[in-house]
Amino acid sequence: MSVLKAESISKEVTSPEGPLTIVREVELDIAAGESVAIVGPSGAGKSTLLALLAGLDVPTSGQVWLAGQNLTALDEDGRARLRAERVGFVFQAFHLVPALTALENVMLPLELAGRRDAQAHATQTLERVGLRARTGHYPRQLSGGEQQRVALARAFVTRPAVLFADEPTGNLDAATGKRVCDLLFDLNRDLQTTVVLVTHDHALAARCGRALHMDGGRLA
Amino acid sequence: MRALTIALRTLSREWRSGELGVLLLALTIAVAALTAVGFVVSRVSAALDLQASEVLAADLRLESPAPLSPDYLAEARRRGLATATSTGTLSVVFHGDASQLTAIRAVSPSYPLRGVVTVAPVAFGPAAPATGIPARGEVWAEGRLLATIGAAVGDEVSIGAANLRVSRALVTRPDQGSSFTELAPSLLMNVEDLPSTGLIQPGSRARYAALFAGGRGAVDAFKTWIVAHKQRGERVLDITESSPQVKSAIDRAGRFLSLASLVSVLLCSIAVAMAARRYVQRHLDAVALMKTLGATRAFTLAVSLAQLSLIAAIAAGLGSAAGYGAQAWLLHALRDLLAVATLPPPSLMPIALAIITAIALLAGFALPPLLQLSRVPAIRVLRRDVGPPPLVIWLAFWPAAIAIVGLIYWVVRDVALMAGFVVGLAVFLALLALCGALLVRFTGSVRGRVGVAWRYGIANLARRRAESVVQVVAFGLGIMVLLLLALVRHDLLEDWRASLPVDVPNFFFINIPPGDREAFLATLREDGAEVSRALPMIRGRMTAINGRPLDELTFAKEDGEGFANREQNLTWSTELGADNQIVAGHWWRPEDTGQPLVSVSTEYRDSLGLKLGDALSFDVAGEAFTVKVASVREVKWDSFQPNFFLVFPPGLLDATAGTWMTSAHFAPDVRRPIAKLVKRFPSVSVFDIDSILNQVRGVADKAAVAVQSVFAFTLLAGLTVLLAAVQTSREERRFESAILRTLGASRRTVRAGVLAEFVTLGLLAGLLAALGASVAGYLVAKHVLDVRYSFDAWIWLWGLAAGAALVAGGGWFATRSVVNQSPLLALRGG
Ligand SMILES: Nc1ncnc2c1ncn2[C@@H]1O[C@H](COP(=O)(O)OP(=O)(O)OP(=O)(O)O)[C@@H](O)[C@H]1O
Ligand SMILES: [Mg+2]
Repeated sequence: MSVLKAESISKEVTSPEGPLTIVREVELDIAAGESVAIVGPSGAGKSTLLALLAGLDVPTSGQVWLAGQNLTALDEDGRARLRAERVGFVFQAFHLVPALTALENVMLPLELAGRRDAQAHATQTLERVGLRARTGHYPRQLSGGEQQRVALARAFVTRPAVLFADEPTGNLDAATGKRVCDLLFDLNRDLQTTVVLVTHDHALAARCGRALHMDGGRLA
Repeated sequence: MRALTIALRTLSREWRSGELGVLLLALTIAVAALTAVGFVVSRVSAALDLQASEVLAADLRLESPAPLSPDYLAEARRRGLATATSTGTLSVVFHGDASQLTAIRAVSPSYPLRGVVTVAPVAFGPAAPATGIPARGEVWAEGRLLATIGAAVGDEVSIGAANLRVSRALVTRPDQGSSFTELAPSLLMNVEDLPSTGLIQPGSRARYAALFAGGRGAVDAFKTWIVAHKQRGERVLDITESSPQVKSAIDRAGRFLSLASLVSVLLCSIAVAMAARRYVQRHLDAVALMKTLGATRAFTLAVSLAQLSLIAAIAAGLGSAAGYGAQAWLLHALRDLLAVATLPPPSLMPIALAIITAIALLAGFALPPLLQLSRVPAIRVLRRDVGPPPLVIWLAFWPAAIAIVGLIYWVVRDVALMAGFVVGLAVFLALLALCGALLVRFTGSVRGRVGVAWRYGIANLARRRAESVVQVVAFGLGIMVLLLLALVRHDLLEDWRASLPVDVPNFFFINIPPGDREAFLATLREDGAEVSRALPMIRGRMTAINGRPLDELTFAKEDGEGFANREQNLTWSTELGADNQIVAGHWWRPEDTGQPLVSVSTEYRDSLGLKLGDALSFDVAGEAFTVKVASVREVKWDSFQPNFFLVFPPGLLDATAGTWMTSAHFAPDVRRPIAKLVKRFPSVSVFDIDSILNQVRGVADKAAVAVQSVFAFTLLAGLTVLLAAVQTSREERRFESAILRTLGASRRTVRAGVLAEFVTLGLLAGLLAALGASVAGYLVAKHVLDVRYSFDAWIWLWGLAAGAALVAGGGWFATRSVVNQSPLLALRGG
């Protein structure tokens, strides 16, 4: 059963040299529980595609279905609500809210989705990524690897249908990167979460069930 | 609800980044400045309302400079109203050789009809309501009077020709005077004793009042009757119009102070805008992230609004408390100026103003950038360069303009005044900004000639030019106003005093009976006084100008009607004093003697719109006559010689009953025989100009304290703008300081650079302030005080020193954490 489906999506932007197509007629169908890597050279349009699939941006043409909903038919707030329910994110630059503790960062998506037992849930998930002892710490008091694990916990805490990750290990050394990846795939397996990630890391791409190659805005 | 939870949760952390602190400070100062003034005004006007009915000691009051016909009292009694009389005059009260000019009030038994007289068994003793009025042969004297003449309750004092016993110390009476008399202590006596004092003689200055009280309807009906039957010169007063002047004066003073406090509010709003901008900058990522995690636009807006509203609520509370404290202090400083002993508590109205101010400033200056913030697209989490769409101009400008103009209107409640203030302020600020910009630019161009630290500091000023100009203007404005006030208070008033000749008269004598004139002047001279001219003083009323009755006329100036309708003091003279200069027409020639002519002063001409040849009709002691304007005189009033608006030629009024006035100068070392004089000439009223001048000076000093303390808020607001500006440049500064230190600059060099920057900024602000204060001082000297303005070096010194110290201190405080940070930490972006 497909959880994420793209039908001929394109993204065109205006640049000083005229219109520029950065994602070109991409077709994609990803089943629930699958793990998919998007690889390709820098500037290929990987991050742009990820943003379109996650509903952070809208395609110029074509349509995206996420968890049975047509993203292109929703407005900005509608897409936000859908993300709150069904989507998790991990970024290269961690992106934690600096004013919130590790625990509060993890609680945030639960609270945005209006769930009750946010604190218990978040504590449990933090325990899952091995940071039980750091719940009260602020992001700047944590190391890069720890911050990324908090981000991971935050991404999984809502039990999303799809987890999007843009170069989740890009800022980490090899060993730490591997630990974070292990964790990611453990969660993917245990919670049956679909994972779509963009990476330059071949080892990481190889662990995914499927790798899609992208170049010049097209999927090869 | 969830938004509130998140807002509260992040608040304590947000607090550390500083801009919320600046926001809180700015809003608090704005609120404090407005509420302090609001509280003062509300308390003083509440006190006035409370007093309104007491001021008259009656429901209705008829006043006249001439004795009142007993018919009025008879008619009132016929209508079932209560009546009383009160006769007031100024005279000197003696105890042995000690004397004091006193407001004497002789009253009839049922006085006061409204309000109470309070008395004490000894001077300054515990006050209690009095029963009745002083018995015959007794007086109740104010403690102040007893103290100056060294008398006690039980002693005999002499008033005019009579000796009366002080039986009580007077604490308050309802109808305390409203003009000169207010400065003099008062004394209450029985009207039956008045003839024996000999104070009241034909033509002497006294004020006769008939008091009426009763049911509302009866009083209103009687008022209609009395208005129809009263004579010219008789004035009917009732509660509604009893103190319109005082009330409108308080109103105007209140508005002025409120406008002054609005200048602080304006500066604070700049700080609010700066803080809000920084808040937005710092939250772009967090808001994009929240949106990515599923927050709607409204939700992210709600979070930031909740935070800022919470800050605004705290600021409204803190600011009102600070305003209340400032108000208490201000009223304490002003207490002698206010005739009332205890003020009612302030109304809560100013707190509403506080809340509205905080909300208006937020809505005008912080809401537009927040709306902006909530529009940042979620995609920013993947592409850092994506920001919110640019702020539309109308959104950036109009809410702010509406907030400020709205606040100004709320304070002044007058469209014309509001428009004037807005335009004046805009022009003034634009001028200041222009000067500030020129100064900053000029400073930037000299940086090649100074050392490395200074060069770095000045380079910083030039780079953040807009912020620099705002700060120079903000501080310059605050310092300027304070300098100007000090300048006017000390230098200009001193200059004016010094410009008076040393032998300027220091005593005025009025009410000299014509028969005593020669003897009085001779006695003065014998006692070593230098006596100036003596002039007759005749009372009359103006009835028509060029044949048209006064009621039909409209006047060139607002005060024209007052000039025309009041009782006129007329004189005649052969000689033109050196302090009078003819500016049109000619002075009396021998052939003018006895001709129907008059010479008017320039004030009179301007207010009534007169010209040479105009015909003025007068009624003097029941006799009507008409004269032509033959000349216009420019009078130097501060010669302290007897001077009159209207001077007639000799031979025209000589036969009319009147009194004489003169002034005299006693050298400082001459013993002043005033006591002896007054004993011999009891009906003569004496004014000690020195003590009056000192009282005027005290009033001016206190008013200046009030204005200055309001402008102290302006300086605080300037400091807040500085803090806000430093906040905005914090990341930049941190990064720069790290780079400099990485390049090998010592902590000391970096510090010196920062200090140099703020010292320069302060010097520029001081320069601007001194410049502004000098120009304004010159204008005040020339157009208001009419003295020559002498250049003052000290205001430049003070301006520069105050500017440098304040700004360097504030700037240093605000940047110390940035400079002291280790370069490593700074580059890591912590
Ligand atoms: N809004 C935009 N306006 C103009 N150009 C854009 C815009 N968004 C993306 N691009 C361009 O489109 C191309 C693809 O960008 P994208 O970030 O998707 O690449 P990427 O494959 O993720 O590269 P990398 O591996 O370096 O992250 C780049 O050349 C980028 O500059
Ligand atoms: Mg990318």
